[in-house]
Amino acid sequence: MINNVENITVDNLLDKVASKLPLGFRFVTMTCVDCGEHFDILYHFDKNYELTNFRLGLKKGEPLPSISGLIFAALVVENEIQDLFGIKVNGLALDYEGRFLLTETAPERPLCRVPGVMIVEAGKPAEAAEVK
Amino acid sequence: MFTLIGNVFKNLRSKYATRLYPYEVRESFAGSRGKLEIDPDICIYCGICAKRCPANAIAVTRKPDKTWTLDPYRCIVCSYCIDVCPKKCLHMNAKHRSPE
Amino acid sequence: MAKNTIIPFGPQHPVLPEPIQLRLVLDEERVVSAIPVVGYVHRGLEKLAEQKDFLQDTYLIERICGICSFIHSLTYSMGIESMMGLTPPPRAQYLRVIWSELHRMHSHLLAVGLLADAFGFENLFMQLWRTREHIMDAMEATTGARVMLGTCCPGGVRKDIDPELLKFILTTLVTVEKEMDEQMPVLLNDYSVKQRLCGVGILDKQTAYERGAVGPTARASGIAMDLRTHGYAAYGELAVEPMVETDGDCYARTKVRVRELYQSISIIRKAIGQIPAGPINVPFKTKPDGEVIMRAEQPRGEVLYYLKGNGSDMLERLRVRTPTFANIPPVLAMLAGCELADVGVIVISIDPCISCTER
Repeated sequence: MINNVENITVDNLLDKVASKLPLGFRFVTMTCVDCGEHFDILYHFDKNYELTNFRLGLKKGEPLPSISGLIFAALVVENEIQDLFGIKVNGLALDYEGRFLLTETAPERPLCRVPGVMIVEAGKPAEAAEVK
Repeated sequence: MFTLIGNVFKNLRSKYATRLYPYEVRESFAGSRGKLEIDPDICIYCGICAKRCPANAIAVTRKPDKTWTLDPYRCIVCSYCIDVCPKKCLHMNAKHRSPE
Repeated sequence: MAKNTIIPFGPQHPVLPEPIQLRLVLDEERVVSAIPVVGYVHRGLEKLAEQKDFLQDTYLIERICGICSFIHSLTYSMGIESMMGLTPPPRAQYLRVIWSELHRMHSHLLAVGLLADAFGFENLFMQLWRTREHIMDAMEATTGARVMLGTCCPGGVRKDIDPELLKFILTTLVTVEKEMDEQMPVLLNDYSVKQRLCGVGILDKQTAYERGAVGPTARASGIAMDLRTHGYAAYGELAVEPMVETDGDCYARTKVRVRELYQSISIIRKAIGQIPAGPINVPFKTKPDGEVIMRAEQPRGEVLYYLKGNGSDMLERLRVRTPTFANIPPVLAMLAGCELADVGVIVISIDPCISCTER
């Protein structure tokens, strides 16, 4: 189980994140999880080896406000989330527009759970086809 | 300056750090994971190794013929199959596969 | 005022061991800013990990990185153990420390070797990598593989080190320490080396903190942060101190690595001295369920694993935040204002691992 989780919403996200910084918290990273109906976005902050987390529930299709204006380091991970989950991140300090990790020929939103889409492995072509 | 010069002279006097590889091959360590081998007499062709292999490198068939095949290019030599084999018929040969 | 020029640095560049591109915005010879372009080695391992069972993932996870592979599988195993409520036996904890530190040593020797190569000191580079080879031998003798050890698994370790081989590690360390005593003064005191490293790529403490620097990059800027002091595996019983420098330049980062190399030697010696006897793993029948965040200290810094299980064999989500990923924003801060000729040395001084970054 994860300790120190606080649920936040899109509206108070920037205020909550800004309130952490003067207290000496270091921004560690963000994690995005596809929960079927919505995305869980976790913001991890560290102080004295203790992690403090924010959990943001984001409806699918909604854009995510960027925190890279407050914390420049968040830009790398926000671009990654934009690539891998297809979440539009608004207000990025440097926007790669979905071409940060992926190229034009790569699968779109690979980590977003779309029914029936999975990796077809070379060793087991028959099995993977059945799942589809 | 010239802090490494002593080392240079030492290297001139000492023998080579490398080997003339194809002619002089290094001895493998005893527990080295070189290549996967099977003892077909003990194997019961249950297929557990094929199912558990992280790289899908092993293929086992029971019908029409009992076969056990390893794709050496997919094998990641992790020896997980050896751990899960119920008959312990798989083993690692310490010698690495030669490039031929 | 001269017009700015943009030149690409990489993805194929003599100093880079792995492909990353930096678009450098230049004013004459001075770098104004840098834009990283990654994605050359993205393999989608996080996606693949969702389609393998959690025991197979142990071997997949190791292959995220070709240098710090053991610590990846260690962190993953610790995460799975904390989800299932397992405690590995003490001997396994010590064995994990020994292999982790061997990995740290070979990674740091590789890093300082590549740095020597980056500033054009090839002789030193070869000497350092020759020393590294002894550690690779020690790892092959104890685990069976040079890099992908494959010995860490949820519940403990898969392989024991018998006393004979523990002695072999100790004799290896004597050789390594003797060779390091000859090489490290060259790396730290040589006139030409200092000319290339001192005062180059300065990252002050405040910027390091704001940009989220980790590992030797953060420690060289005066941030005393080393997760080993927090005491995972058996580190709690070995009293690890973070190696901190305050200058924040390439020289300080190199010095941190050199000091950590000697620290690793003493940690391994101490661990071998007090390793308890006993079993090396605990059996389990349960499946991972729930969420967990696990962190550990890799040679390059802090690695974060987020694991989410749902009670079945497959994990629902596996997310890895590797140290180089966190060190990209700090390196952009270092590059702003430096000379074009120093870009290679600055990039190598954070010991970038691009395959880790992109997974």
